[in-house]
Amino acid sequence: MIPMSEEYVLKLLRQNKRMDGRNLLDYREIKIETGVIPKAEGSALVQLGNTKVLVGIKMEIATPFPDMPDEGILIVNAEFAPIANPEFEPGPPGEEATETARLVDRLIRESKMIDTSKLVIQEGEKVWGVFVDIHILNDEGNLLDASAIGAVAALYNTKIPKYENDEVIRGEYAGNLPVRYKPVMITMAKIGDKYILDPNYLEEEVASTKLSVGIRDDDVICAVQKRGSGTIKFSELEGLIDLAIQKSKEIRSLL
Amino acid sequence: MKKPEGFKLVDGKGKRIDGRGLDETRPIRMEVGLLSRADGSAKVGFGNTVAVAAVFGPRALFPRHLQEVEECIIRTRYNMAPFSTESRKSPGTDRRSIEISKVLRHAIEATVFLEEFPRATIDVYMEIISSDGSTRCTALNAASLALALAGVPMRDLIASCTGGKIDGKLAIDLNGKEDNYGEADVAFAMLPTKREIVLLQMDGELTKEEFMTLLTKMADKCNKIRDMQVKTIKEYYKKIGGELE
Repeated sequence: MIPMSEEYVLKLLRQNKRMDGRNLLDYREIKIETGVIPKAEGSALVQLGNTKVLVGIKMEIATPFPDMPDEGILIVNAEFAPIANPEFEPGPPGEEATETARLVDRLIRESKMIDTSKLVIQEGEKVWGVFVDIHILNDEGNLLDASAIGAVAALYNTKIPKYENDEVIRGEYAGNLPVRYKPVMITMAKIGDKYILDPNYLEEEVASTKLSVGIRDDDVICAVQKRGSGTIKFSELEGLIDLAIQKSKEIRSLL
Repeated sequence: MKKPEGFKLVDGKGKRIDGRGLDETRPIRMEVGLLSRADGSAKVGFGNTVAVAAVFGPRALFPRHLQEVEECIIRTRYNMAPFSTESRKSPGTDRRSIEISKVLRHAIEATVFLEEFPRATIDVYMEIISSDGSTRCTALNAASLALALAGVPMRDLIASCTGGKIDGKLAIDLNGKEDNYGEADVAFAMLPTKREIVLLQMDGELTKEEFMTLLTKMADKCNKIRDMQVKTIKEYYKKIGGELE
């Protein structure tokens, strides 16, 4: 790709144009492939334009949290592998990876998309743990929305292994993971006084701030986060929430 | 966290477990200039939640490769003392504190005139010494006061509070139990005179109408919190001035 400067992004936006020819409120093309990792109980490869994110689900036997003895547990982790971006470095998850994992966690947990009450093997002792691992393969921007799409698609693809005589039998399944909603994360980036959806890598560099909103099938808001160092005018907020709700329907139809 | 059966966060008369009405904050206390080694410091309490903030800088930033040529950088640390919580919190950073430190840094970056101090750093350290819900907002209110005391030029003071939905009702300034057992919680901060949002996080379940109603209430409360901040700073300087005369 031809390197383009930040000034170019700004110049185009003043004419309501974007470097890849999109309208301000368009997402890039979204491709979702599920069941791509044989050893994972569920998986999805998501492409948001050239952003590539792989999400794998592992089902493991776990001990429930003491305050929730009758529910399975959910753990979300994100790995910003150094293959994805020349600026990513090997090592423990940094700030961005931590924030991404926690936001996807909130989207899944707070929307109650997984019926965790059906993941109990022995109350207070043994439950299924759902481990969602987000692996970024190529960072061309908007990793959060791509990770959220990947996580939801992978959870819909997840099967629960057979569990007999205190042993997990991998490769044989007792049924599907009990899922009931398709929550969607919508990220709006503020550049100058304009908001765009699904920012690419260069647009993210220029954006002063981003607002990510997680929306459930019934239009209930289940996660919100302002990301980045700019401000959002209070008067802009309602319009942004409306936009996220409207756009979430379009993304959900692909899941 | 699951609410114990029969446990009520709001009683039949609309009173909360600590006796407050839905739109009331807990008693707020503010104190500034309490740490002599810091360039600016403040302690803020919302009920049983207490945060202490210290600001160091603007000061030189080393190693040099971390410097920004055109502006200063902000470094933040949000930390909970091990004894601040019901069961001991193991010391050190965890995923939660990494995320909170990040969003609080962004709130401060949005407020400070960074371009005034190229190549420098302003370090803002926030310690939660007692925790009962709304810790990040309490910490940010303290940071705002500490920055002002350190003489850091800002676009406005940052005023912050939480809100949420408890037993189906919208409420301001959640305590620990309301945060744990409620249906939704929102952390919010703004520059009141500009009506610009610098911190916004929400999790739980809210309709758009509930979200907007709650945020409007929270913005009103932030105006009042800013008034308290201004009063606290003025009284501090009056006292200092009196001592000098």
